[in-house]
Amino acid sequence: MAEKKIGLQTVKFKNPPSIVSTASIVGPKEGEGPLREYFDLIISDDLYDEDSWEKAESKMAREAVRMALKKIGMTPDRVDYLFEGDLLNQITSSSFVARDLKIPFFGLYGACSTMTESLSLAAMITDGGYSDYAVAATSSHFSSAERQFRFPLELGTQRPPTAQWTVTGAGAAVVGRNGEGPYITYVTTGRVMDFGIKDANNMGAAMAPAAADTIIRHFKDTGFKPQDYDLIISGDLGQVGRQLTIDMVKENGYDISQNFTDCGIEIFDSDRQDVHAGASGCGCSAVVFCGYLYSQIKKGNIKRLLIMSTGALLSPTSTQQGESIPGIAHAVAIEGRI
Amino acid sequence: MDYIRAFLVGGTICLIGQILMEKTKLTSARILVIFVTAGVILGAVGVYKPIAEFGRAGASIPLTGFGYSLARGAIEEVQKNGIIGAFTGGIKAASAGMAAAVFFGYIMALIFKPRTKN
Amino acid sequence: MERSKEEEIKKDYLKMAEKVGPSSSFLKNCAAAFIVGGLICDVGQLVMNYFLSLGIPKDEVNSYVAAVMIFLGAFLTGIGVYDNIGKHAGAGSIVPITGFANSVVSPAMEFKREGYVFGVGAKMFVIAGPVLVYGISASIIVGLIYYFIR
Repeated sequence: MAEKKIGLQTVKFKNPPSIVSTASIVGPKEGEGPLREYFDLIISDDLYDEDSWEKAESKMAREAVRMALKKIGMTPDRVDYLFEGDLLNQITSSSFVARDLKIPFFGLYGACSTMTESLSLAAMITDGGYSDYAVAATSSHFSSAERQFRFPLELGTQRPPTAQWTVTGAGAAVVGRNGEGPYITYVTTGRVMDFGIKDANNMGAAMAPAAADTIIRHFKDTGFKPQDYDLIISGDLGQVGRQLTIDMVKENGYDISQNFTDCGIEIFDSDRQDVHAGASGCGCSAVVFCGYLYSQIKKGNIKRLLIMSTGALLSPTSTQQGESIPGIAHAVAIEGRI
Repeated sequence: MDYIRAFLVGGTICLIGQILMEKTKLTSARILVIFVTAGVILGAVGVYKPIAEFGRAGASIPLTGFGYSLARGAIEEVQKNGIIGAFTGGIKAASAGMAAAVFFGYIMALIFKPRTKN
Repeated sequence: MERSKEEEIKKDYLKMAEKVGPSSSFLKNCAAAFIVGGLICDVGQLVMNYFLSLGIPKDEVNSYVAAVMIFLGAFLTGIGVYDNIGKHAGAGSIVPITGFANSVVSPAMEFKREGYVFGVGAKMFVIAGPVLVYGISASIIVGLIYYFIR
């Protein structure tokens, strides 16, 4: 058996890689939310001086990577690998980042699970001894996602209460072989789960089975219990998905209702900001982690964190053809010190 | 009086649309298709005519009214010109609306830029 | 055996998801649709009465009203107002012909960045196209049936 693997789906790092730097950029609406003081840059116009939303998204992603490197005085040419993905067709936002920064690039598509997918891979390649510095990054943009997955922006439609709001934002994390933490200690890679939800306006319910499966698997593989973590946080399950996940995990004997929340719930103020069931998008868990959570671990307010980005693996074509929506979730355990 | 009747009839037709959307999760595009087709059928079987006479703009402004004028145009044109009227009548009757939609749609797209939502 | 158990779990899950889902404010939405839809029709009635007072014959006036209402719907979409009405009114602003105009203008504006032929020209009809296809086809069938049974 592989020496660093424990249980069925979990990796335990021998030399836990360190997250040496992060950066986050968000759009104006996210910048009005409760986490605003933790973001590195809040852009005032979501076109970000570009002439299309797709270009703006790619620019956010690029600047987030640059910013994360600049904080530790690094330049892109010293980075060994870039793991990055986004929501747009053929992940162009990410490949254009790689085109501009000229870092060796693995393009990922994990829908909104991309932040922990990229972190997992960056951590594994680092612990494996293949990299000194790897960057994990992702981005999403409300307007570019809306026009690709749903309707034109000016169309007068009504959003159902289960609908979620795609975050405009980009986050980047630099994973280093040596560093002073926070450390990535465990990675549980998720399976694709599909319980037959077909409503693209109810992605939280579509992703909850995958989220629950990964959490349960993580506890079984590692032997940890919910209370071993200060916080367990999912990517973008929203109100609906969070409740379903808690219920399903409970059926398997783990009570996470005390310390489990969701980035999509935390990033907006649901009373004041009209976002229905919460936020979604790759950028959601990316900016909440790279902005808020990273600083909390650094300060010692959170000692052990389990972050799990969640993705709904649908396309406009698959929805039109009546396919149900499969979900995926990857969990990454992060500790302040080891 | 005109306005009260238009309000009631138009409001009721929209209310039916809302109930359909809430109960079936139909998208707005499907609602539009259903309403136009329903207008054609209701017009053809003679149900829409009394509604139109009572509600005036309240019946002609909703898309069912668009369907109704398509059906009425086709039938009237068949009476005048025979079978070719089935093909020319509908579009003739609805031509002002269709041409306006294409023309104004294009002009507005040239002038304005879409904005993001809040 | 395995399979049927999996099916069972899925069925239970769909029920569970239904229960947890927040209820949309049904009555409020219906009231908004009724009122906004009624008001838009009143604007149409106003336009209609105006043209009638100019001496436009009764059987032609609908074309005038349709053109004006479509202009209004297109303009309100252009200045970014119509989607905000739609957020509250739902079917109240989708079902009137102004909503048809909204469905033409919104994709046309949105895809301007993809060019004027395959962007504006082609995308204009992503939503309105099906409406015309079904409306016109249905009217032709009605005309044909009428021809054969009259």
